[in-house]
Amino acid sequence: MAGLKRYLPVLACALCAFLLPPLFAAANAAYLLTQLTMSAYYALASLGLCALMGYAGQISLGQAGFFAIGAYASAFISKSDPSISPWIACACAVLLAALVAALIGTPVLRLKGHYLAMATLGFGIIIEKIARGTKSLGGADGLSGVSPFAILPGLVVTGGKAARAANFSIAWVVLALGLLALVNLVNSRAGRALRALRDGEEAAGAMGIDIAGYKLKVFVIGAVYAAVAGVLLTRYDGSIGPGEASFVKSVRYVAIVAVGGMDNLTGTLVAGIVLNFLSLRGIFGKYDDAVFGLILVAVMLFAPEGRALRRAARAALAARTGRPRSAAGAPQDRGKGAAE
Amino acid sequence: MPHAFLLQYFFPGLIYGSIYAAVAIGFNIIYNATGIINFAQGEFAMLGGMIASTLAGLLPLWLAVAAAVALTAMSGVAVERVFLRRIARGGVLKMIVTTIGLSILIREAALLAWGESVRTLPFFSGNEVSSVSFLGANFSPQVFWVAGATALIVAGLTAFFKFTLTGKAMRGCSADRDGASLCGIDPDRMVAMAFGMSAGIGALAGCVVAPLTQTHYAIGATLAIKGFTVAAFGGLGNSGAAVIAGLALGMLESYSTILIPEAYKDAVAICVLLVVLFAKPTGLFGSRAASLKEF
Amino acid sequence: MRTGTVAKIAALCALGLSFISSSYAADTIKIGAIFGITGPAAYLGAPEDKTARMVVDDINKSGGILGRQVQLIVKDSGASAEKAISFAKQLVDEENVVAIIGPTTSGESMAIKDICQSAGVPLISCASAETITTPVAKYVFKVPPKDNYIAEWIYRTMNAMGISKIGVIAANTGFGNGGKAQLEKYASKYGITIAVSEVYDADATDLTALLTKVNAAGVQAVVNWSIEPAQSIVAKNMAQLKMKAQLFQSHGFANIKYVEAAGEAADGIIFPCSRLVVASELPDSNPQKKLLMKYNADYKALYNEDASTFGGHAYDALTILKAAIESAKSTDADKIAAALEGIKGFSGTAGVFNFSAADHNGLAMDSVVMVTVKKGKFTLYQGK
Repeated sequence: MAGLKRYLPVLACALCAFLLPPLFAAANAAYLLTQLTMSAYYALASLGLCALMGYAGQISLGQAGFFAIGAYASAFISKSDPSISPWIACACAVLLAALVAALIGTPVLRLKGHYLAMATLGFGIIIEKIARGTKSLGGADGLSGVSPFAILPGLVVTGGKAARAANFSIAWVVLALGLLALVNLVNSRAGRALRALRDGEEAAGAMGIDIAGYKLKVFVIGAVYAAVAGVLLTRYDGSIGPGEASFVKSVRYVAIVAVGGMDNLTGTLVAGIVLNFLSLRGIFGKYDDAVFGLILVAVMLFAPEGRALRRAARAALAARTGRPRSAAGAPQDRGKGAAE
Repeated sequence: MPHAFLLQYFFPGLIYGSIYAAVAIGFNIIYNATGIINFAQGEFAMLGGMIASTLAGLLPLWLAVAAAVALTAMSGVAVERVFLRRIARGGVLKMIVTTIGLSILIREAALLAWGESVRTLPFFSGNEVSSVSFLGANFSPQVFWVAGATALIVAGLTAFFKFTLTGKAMRGCSADRDGASLCGIDPDRMVAMAFGMSAGIGALAGCVVAPLTQTHYAIGATLAIKGFTVAAFGGLGNSGAAVIAGLALGMLESYSTILIPEAYKDAVAICVLLVVLFAKPTGLFGSRAASLKEF
Repeated sequence: MRTGTVAKIAALCALGLSFISSSYAADTIKIGAIFGITGPAAYLGAPEDKTARMVVDDINKSGGILGRQVQLIVKDSGASAEKAISFAKQLVDEENVVAIIGPTTSGESMAIKDICQSAGVPLISCASAETITTPVAKYVFKVPPKDNYIAEWIYRTMNAMGISKIGVIAANTGFGNGGKAQLEKYASKYGITIAVSEVYDADATDLTALLTKVNAAGVQAVVNWSIEPAQSIVAKNMAQLKMKAQLFQSHGFANIKYVEAAGEAADGIIFPCSRLVVASELPDSNPQKKLLMKYNADYKALYNEDASTFGGHAYDALTILKAAIESAKSTDADKIAAALEGIKGFSGTAGVFNFSAADHNGLAMDSVVMVTVKKGKFTLYQGK
């Protein structure tokens, strides 16, 4: 039974997917489903980043770049040749993002700390420049008039009001599935390997874990999550612009993972939904970014890090059993992140 | 292409290069003292220009600039004291995220205080249309001030670290924090000083280019990225190299206009960044040992 | 507390707030507005927002529309397309607005064009892209002048000045690229050769390198198509480079603050724009003069800054909407759309509007005049 507790968030998402639309409709607040749908897709991208940042300990400031690759590729393919089935366009887009991640992941992930952060940042900026500077991608105005995506006959990802409830369900089912996959990942042998990697790379390597391989796989997984989110949100919005690839967006994804507790999938999920929802409803008006920064800094300062708690717990356990305290758990030292 | 025009690209290169170098020097000072890369570095340059632009209406120009530098330096110390001191041992990830969050806060505070409009400072000598000719190239006399300020910063820092007791104390602290405190040096004070100096240098650079480039609340992020590029290019922690690297990047950006569309000029900096990170992360003049905390 | 819990609780509290939707007396007319008040288009969006509020206040003071008070719901999209989409849906589905004014940028306008069209809610955009009104969508209109008018006016003036070889530089934005495209399209019609044509990053802080390249091509004039801060920077850089070429700007220059930012370097710049900035020089018989003078005076009195043509777009959008509602005697969307198409000879800040079923922009070439800067002030350009 204890093992099933970890699936509660997944269950919650699935329940929301089907229970919230009629509930909101009854409360005359069905319009809220719009922002909740968009938030779900942004949260999906953050979840992918959580696996990379929280569990594998690799920071990426370029998540928005993968979101944009998925979004633009699927939009571009569909607009250039409307006879191509949207399924193919979307699948190709996600595949492209995965390919790019695999290609750049190998050199990039050899870096650590600040260097890794800047390399991923550089990647994100290049994607944005390409999106903004290429005429066939719509330039600064982006691509609009992107056609809906019929997942199944009758189940279409589109922004139209009539399909609002159905689209909410689609988004939250996708979210639930994505969360399910990650929950399984982090609780599997691979997940333990990731955490060993995060807490002490050299030690993990000495234990025979294929560090480079694991890092790359999680990087690609993170990219795929962002790309899927990008593909689906573009179909829902009917348009995509270069702003989605910007540094500001990448920072938001990182901030959401951080606010959620870094290695906390549920936390990331909640933070992703709530913060994006508030932003999209314009609650904070022109102070949206300010509130964001404030929450980020506040959480960083005042919430104890999950890892610190675990380290304390481990120390307590070691004291109880009399075994020497394990060396694992030392966070990467202050900033000296040159590549090996 | 007539050679006069080739020389002409030198001057914008000098301007960009100087401000990148100043931001990079700021990165290096803080990195040497704390091991932190402060993503909010670019915001200090922005603050310097913005504060000076407000004060310039009330005080003589030189006083406005001096006051702006001092105020920004103080805010650098405040940032360190209030925010960063607490998480100094929290790990790289947390550090990066926090300094990014801080840069957002500072930027939004500037938006709140000054609004979204572009602000400018009066030219230190001459005005908007003044122009100096040299071997067929024309440029604003403000360029002299920019070059002068950069030289002043470099000379000042070298003297500070080599000849003053405090400077030597800071270097000692960087090299070995515990050893230094055993010698009676207060590492916390040194760190606060590092932030103050860093912020002040950024602010000075921001003021001196503001008449030419104008300033507004959102310029910090790009400056931080390019400043980091330059710092890494020269070798993290090595401020002398940062100046050379800064000028190199500035010249590269300026002369690249000849060949590639101006719209991709930022891509030049990103390419330099990526090449440095992948090919030689320790930078042009860095080696693993040297990158550990020497000016 | 567990990591992130503090943040989660705070966020959930704020979440509760967000469920509260505004509610007013059912007798008001709700008009939605999406402006980029902060963010990269703030130079355009902030004046639009200020103008919109001022106009609605005036309308309400003089009895509202059809005897009902107007409630203006403004959303700050920060020039972000996804926010514009979310706000458009909010305004349409939740607030049930009668019409939407804005958005500020072309990218946002294109993103919400289909939403408004399929929801059947009139949209009067303050952005200038051709694609907003071409192809014509029944409910979608725009009020800024067409880019090709601007381009053609510049070329006409160049012909009169005997200029034939020019350089074109534009910001890498929708606005800049759109203008550049028009300049390139009409160059041969007016016998103009574009020797150099380049885009630069909108945030560029120094354009001497690019201008050096342009100068090396031996051009007689430079056309810069951007908004701030590049406009002032180009002016200053050209002076510092001692360039002899004549500088033409786009209609984005129509704000005296930009002249101040460029200082002495602004003197002699020529650019096309609406009559708003030279209202005092117009003959009394000009149909726009009175409202332009009033708008200038009211805006200055209320906000302590000079009015700009961008704010004027919001003015035009609201006053045209008001006229349409009054003419239709109803807030029904179809009737409003039909009434909008029927508006003729309507004086606004950007010109005299004549809408039709095929023309959802309503402005003609003569809505624009050539303006120059003399001793730091805008004045009508009289020709050499």
